[in-house]
Amino acid sequence: MTSASYTLSDTRTLLDRNFKHALRYPAMSLSSLLMPLLFLLLFRYAFGNELGAGIGGSYINYLTPGLLIMTGASSMVSTAVAVCTDMTEGIVDRLRTMSISRFALLAGHVAGNVIQTVAAMVILLGVAVGIGFRPHADALHWLGAIGVAALTAWALTWLALAMGLSAKAPEGASNLPMPVILLPFLSSAFVPAASMSPGLRQFAEYQPFTPITETLRGLLLGTPIGNQWIYALCWCVGLTVVGYVASRRLFDRRAEL
Amino acid sequence: MTTPSSAIAVRGLRKSFKNKLVLDGIDLDIKEGTVFSLLGPNGAGKTTAVRILSTLSKPDAGQAWIAGKELAREPDAVRAAIGVTGQSVAVDGLLTGLENLILVGKLHHLGKRESRQRATELLERFDLTEAAGKALATYSGGMRRKLDLAMTLVGKPRIIFLDEPTTGLDPRSRRTMWQIIHDLVSQDGVTIFLTTQYLEEADRLADRIAVLDQGRIVAEGTSAELKQLVPGGHVSLRFTDAAELDLAGSVLDIIGRDEDELTLQVPSDGGVRSLQSLLDRLSQANLEPAELTVHTPDLDDVFLALTDHPAPTPAASTTETGADR
Repeated sequence: MTSASYTLSDTRTLLDRNFKHALRYPAMSLSSLLMPLLFLLLFRYAFGNELGAGIGGSYINYLTPGLLIMTGASSMVSTAVAVCTDMTEGIVDRLRTMSISRFALLAGHVAGNVIQTVAAMVILLGVAVGIGFRPHADALHWLGAIGVAALTAWALTWLALAMGLSAKAPEGASNLPMPVILLPFLSSAFVPAASMSPGLRQFAEYQPFTPITETLRGLLLGTPIGNQWIYALCWCVGLTVVGYVASRRLFDRRAEL
Repeated sequence: MTTPSSAIAVRGLRKSFKNKLVLDGIDLDIKEGTVFSLLGPNGAGKTTAVRILSTLSKPDAGQAWIAGKELAREPDAVRAAIGVTGQSVAVDGLLTGLENLILVGKLHHLGKRESRQRATELLERFDLTEAAGKALATYSGGMRRKLDLAMTLVGKPRIIFLDEPTTGLDPRSRRTMWQIIHDLVSQDGVTIFLTTQYLEEADRLADRIAVLDQGRIVAEGTSAELKQLVPGGHVSLRFTDAAELDLAGSVLDIIGRDEDELTLQVPSDGGVRSLQSLLDRLSQANLEPAELTVHTPDLDDVFLALTDHPAPTPAASTTETGADR
């Protein structure tokens, strides 16, 4: 029988393994930071003046919360690829014939990716502050902001896991998260949803990235949150449940082949 | 039925994928401390059998006991007793050899120190110490296989499943792998369930062999027992001219004759006594063959005879030419 403590120690062992991978071959982890970082610089220096004038106030302040959330989406690629690689190489069969928790393999990937994503968010935040981002939040709001960021990373990781498990090959796994990564562009991350054309505006208002971004923005900058935090929370929980159930199911089904 | 005492006992195992029947009622009894080989052509169901017995896949029907534990009821107890080296090498390509072994050690909950100690031991045993700290990308196919098997041994399993362990290896690596498997049984007393498509491998390693074909076991026994199933032993005699060939043909009971090669085939079990009497008859007729070769039936003959299908596929035509030999 595998007890809960074994599950925990197995998860830690596999988490260690994922960290070794990330440290030894940092290209994959860095690539998930690269995109939001690039957009940060691009929008700050190339488009920022014009957009900032339209929004009113500091555009780097407006932009940063959305890019932090985007970091959570862009890191889905490395998770999907890593889990798909594990499934296509024999390593998953070795683990499954050992008397260890089957859940640990998935949990190791989730924990590893959440930690990496949060680290990437911290780096992005550092760069943003360096080029003019000025959050004004007290300790409690910071705590809330970290919570929102981590919860988003967690939910998107589960979704990425399901994508990685459903792909036949790592190449395919790297493409599946693309629609999710592009969603922030159609949210209030770069420009307010209110400024979009009617159809797009409705889409922006009802997709997960708008309420999540608005919540984070409100916590960091004191803009009104309203009931956006409730939608944000519901989206995160919903995505987690969908990702989790799909992952478990795909993992068991795939293993049977 | 009571729990069989064998290391591996299988009753009526069936499995089909969609509507393709892969295993059609398999029964096996494998004694502890022996090597059992499941021999069969590609697609015979060997890997499916291993996957089921190693808890990776569920059978549609039938029962199995591994190390006395019923597969369906106590899969975790079965997992604790077995080690599996599958067809695809199950190593982590981004870690070093040492790290791979320590990873498995930790997953067996050996603790840090013991994991490292066991890893060092196994690296030494498999002659991988020098490559221990190197990334797996630098390993040859043979080294990867050895590391894969070493990872299987970390948990000191009593029963080891090896699914085509030498497929794709060069002859030297294959021999090394054979020696390792041989030592596992003679030194550690483990039970080995080996699948292979190489008859020589089964012949050299296995105490008992079962021939699997189209999901059924078509023959089972020791290598010697299986060879007896197929008549095929003969002596081939070559003479220097056609006159001698004719003369020999008239005094011997021949089963084959080749005018161009000046050879005759005479049935024989390859034993000294039958050879002696053959040579006696030749010398009585004042004949001395230029060359004499003894052909004893090998597992190839058994394999080809038992798994020969009339189906008009390219594979079937190669088996036919093989059977003519």
